[in-house]
Amino acid sequence: MDYTEKVLEYFRNPRNMGRMENPDGVGKVGNPVCGDVMWIYIKVGKNENGEEIIEDIKFETFGCAAAIATSSVVTELAKGKTLKEAEKISNKDVVEFLGGLPPVKKHCSLLAEEGLKAAIEDYRRKKNEGKGKNS
Amino acid sequence: MVYMDYNATTPCDKRVVEEMLPFFSDEFGNPSSLYKKAKKSREAIEKARSQVAELLHCTPEEIFFTSGGTESDNWAIKGVAFALKDKGNHIITSKIEHHAVLNTVKFLEKIGFEITYVPVDKYGVVDIDFIKKSIKKETILISIMYANNEIGTIQPIEEISEIARKNGIYFHTDGVQVVGKIPFSVEEKGIDLLSLSAHKFYGPKGVGALYIRKGVKILPFVHGGHQEKGKRGGTENVPGIVGLGKASEIAQQEMEEEMKRVKKLRDKLENGIKEKIPEIVINGHPEKRLYNTLNLCVKYVEGESLLLNLDFEGICASSGSACTSGSLEPSHVLLAIGLPHEIAHGSLRFSLGKYNTDEDVDKVIKVLPGIVEKLRKISPFWNNK
Ligand SMILES: Cc1ncc(COP(=O)(O)O)c(C=O)c1O
Ligand code: FES
Repeated sequence: MDYTEKVLEYFRNPRNMGRMENPDGVGKVGNPVCGDVMWIYIKVGKNENGEEIIEDIKFETFGCAAAIATSSVVTELAKGKTLKEAEKISNKDVVEFLGGLPPVKKHCSLLAEEGLKAAIEDYRRKKNEGKGKNS
Repeated sequence: MVYMDYNATTPCDKRVVEEMLPFFSDEFGNPSSLYKKAKKSREAIEKARSQVAELLHCTPEEIFFTSGGTESDNWAIKGVAFALKDKGNHIITSKIEHHAVLNTVKFLEKIGFEITYVPVDKYGVVDIDFIKKSIKKETILISIMYANNEIGTIQPIEEISEIARKNGIYFHTDGVQVVGKIPFSVEEKGIDLLSLSAHKFYGPKGVGALYIRKGVKILPFVHGGHQEKGKRGGTENVPGIVGLGKASEIAQQEMEEEMKRVKKLRDKLENGIKEKIPEIVINGHPEKRLYNTLNLCVKYVEGESLLLNLDFEGICASSGSACTSGSLEPSHVLLAIGLPHEIAHGSLRFSLGKYNTDEDVDKVIKVLPGIVEKLRKISPFWNNK
């Protein structure tokens, strides 16, 4: 597999890895063909404008080198961003950041995009459920 | 660098290269030509044929040179299928064959042949009763590999050949992973056709042979000139064939010693890994397994990540079959022995050989646990089990 130097570097030294205790949202996604699985945890805070931001983010990935590298990159791209901005991060951004991925490995970056979106969704759902209980 | 991927390919033995060299520039004559110069090439080919025949315990007339294991498998299966198509259209093979066999029978399936894929047990041994039950009057060929390239399981070849003989069916075996590794006689094993490949036992790439027992009906596969008694056209790969011959001679002389030495190394590797890393599954048959092969699954982590990390440390291994690395599906062999997808994904194959040392084994035992720990730390399956 011909990975770029950047992919190998992120695979070798992934950032934001590991489990998060008491996350505000968790996105669990997987690809049924390759069997790879990615979990993204987020903690949500607020910035000075009162907008919701991703205060902390972590990942756990069972998967190939591309899956691990893209997990790391998506967490870095998302960290500190508002939820609205983070939602817009696409697999293209991740692939670009890494200087490309081999064609069979494009789906790994999709997993990263989906994982982040699922984590944000999970956060919103929990928040709404919480509201529901209060009212 | 630590190279532990000998089932994928081996380096050429220096003595093999030495033997080949004159046939590139000095002794370049076309073996089919009339003049004296060509005789040297012709003689070299015949010498190689005898060397291979000696290794397999057959006559030189039963050895036909090819471009390697893949061509030999194609020839054996298609050649018999086409020669006997009026007799029947049914072929029996196994679920764990190399793609050189699997994709060949799949092609035949498309053009009207019927194929039975024999299942294997959890060790990768074919179901003998299933073979017996599958036989019908249209069955013309049984093709079952001698030993599997991924997990190393060795099949009960004599039992299978006996079934074939009793039923008047030809028996082909893909011997690519055993020739030069284990001594045996095609005659005693009752084999009708056997494929072999030079680069798996310290010979050059792109050359191999098909053993065709005298009297077996088979059509040519590569049509062309009258080479190889009209059975395989094309100007011979003289240096390659010379290399295959020399590799066979060396194997014949040194195999027994190598078997003992390499088995010791493999066992040490296996025990070392089992001791140091929890939740490992060893694949293949505990005893009836190639002495150089160690296939294991590291639970909760994925094979490619393991391989790349090993590569960072200068260790070459593989995950299943080298050809599989382009696809996403786990190896068909690991699925056939009943492993669930997520475990099959964490497979790692170390295959040892002639140039491995104790230090190589020590290095892998030292490095692998750290790699596994690092990957398990980021695995959702490990952290939440
Ligand atoms: C069992 C088996 N059969 C066939 C082949 C193909 O041989 P070759 O590479 O010479 O075409 C291989 C090696 O890849 C093999 O391991
Ligand atoms: S191969 Fe599927 S996530 Fe990488």
